[in-house]
Amino acid sequence: MATIKLNTPFDKKDIQNLKVGDTVYISGKMFTARDECHLKMLELHKEGKDIPFKPEDMALFHCGPVVQKKNDEWRIVSAGPTTSIRMEIFEDEFLKTFKCRMIIGKGGMADRTLKALEEVGAVYVHYTGGAGALAAMAIKKVEDVYWLDELGIPEAAWILDVCEFGPLTVTIDAHGNSLYNELGKEIQKNLEKIHREIEK
Amino acid sequence: MSNKDIEDQLVEAIRRAETQLPNDVVSALEKAYEVEEGPARVQVEAILENIKVSRETGAPMCQDTGIQTFYIEVGADFPYLGELKDIITNAVKRASGEIPLRPNTVNPFTGENPGNNVGNYVPYITWDIVKGEECTIHLLPKGGGSENMCALNMMAPGKGIKGLKRFVVDHIVGCGGKPCPPTVVGIGVGGGADLSLKLGKKSLLRDVGVRHPEPHIAELEEELLKLINESGVGPMGVGGKTTVLDVHIEYAHRHPASFPIGIAVQCWADRRSTVRITKDGRAEVI
Repeated sequence: MATIKLNTPFDKKDIQNLKVGDTVYISGKMFTARDECHLKMLELHKEGKDIPFKPEDMALFHCGPVVQKKNDEWRIVSAGPTTSIRMEIFEDEFLKTFKCRMIIGKGGMADRTLKALEEVGAVYVHYTGGAGALAAMAIKKVEDVYWLDELGIPEAAWILDVCEFGPLTVTIDAHGNSLYNELGKEIQKNLEKIHREIEK
Repeated sequence: MSNKDIEDQLVEAIRRAETQLPNDVVSALEKAYEVEEGPARVQVEAILENIKVSRETGAPMCQDTGIQTFYIEVGADFPYLGELKDIITNAVKRASGEIPLRPNTVNPFTGENPGNNVGNYVPYITWDIVKGEECTIHLLPKGGGSENMCALNMMAPGKGIKGLKRFVVDHIVGCGGKPCPPTVVGIGVGGGADLSLKLGKKSLLRDVGVRHPEPHIAELEEELLKLINESGVGPMGVGGKTTVLDVHIEYAHRHPASFPIGIAVQCWADRRSTVRITKDGRAEVI
């Protein structure tokens, strides 16, 4: 398990070299997208309309931040990850459409996303849930925000400039390996043992 | 003294809860850091670092600042009783802008978000009227990720305590990393469907490490804590020894035909604070 620093836009090879368990810090650009923002971007794409930023050059962050406007400038106050599995229903289509190389979230994702990550050459990295104040320290600037009026603060696409954002733990790599699948088997075994203890 | 003083202290209590994790929770997390390795240790380290940053900068420790949930023990002769609900609502509105909090109240039918964390039935207040002239308000900002993992089982009474253990263990292990473990689990047993869930959540007000006063319930809490931590789910569900920081149980007598078990799950950010108000309106965050 290595500690690796990466810059956006990510090099496909760097992403493919990442292994489950590696710790990553990233610098550069990311955009936030939760449920509504995923739907919005997919809808625009279907209508043949352009996305006003370049998702392929950024990390995708499952996050709905706390923000504050001071002197006409947005500031991120707290910005930890939201539960990623909610996005499982459309994340495969989203990845194939927008070619993001890194998803940052919490709690992991399932097989549809795992297959899409492999196809696109992307990884899923886990950021510590609830570590919103720590995340805000690594966010240097709000570059822009899209669909704020339409989607509201938590669901809008916030374009963030970050410096050594992390620690991010690779939990699904670009080759179909998932910490969650391996761990799931172990937990199942432990659970059977716990059941036996209860029945004693 | 005036309503404004009470309101000021309530805003301060919300700030305290959102930015300063209680010491009992921090100690439990520090213990977890000592025993964890690999990715689990990275998670707990980030949590502890985050707690420090939040305390130092005054930024809410988690971007999900929760639904503001209040438990009130109020004397029947407390002079501000009639105005207290309005004072609390105003404090929540003010805190939303001053701390700030994320706008977290959404109309389920229209999607409208008033932006100030109030709405129908919110802030959510549980009233306990007692004898006397004073008032104690406990605050529990409750995040959505862990709230989504709450559960109710109207268990067949014949399954007994073994059935209870199995339901709790299976449910919490099944939650995996979703409620942001290591969590604190509150279990309400008995009463009816609503009361069991209510007791489960109320038990989260108890400090981590403090046991139920009845020895056999205390023993059950410890047994469940040990069993769940044998699962290996670990901090944030990346695998490890600490899945839960504590398990709390509260109970009510049940109907002979029912055995309700309500599980309330609280993320590692087990945010709490308390305000005490005297009869002359002097309020203090304790």
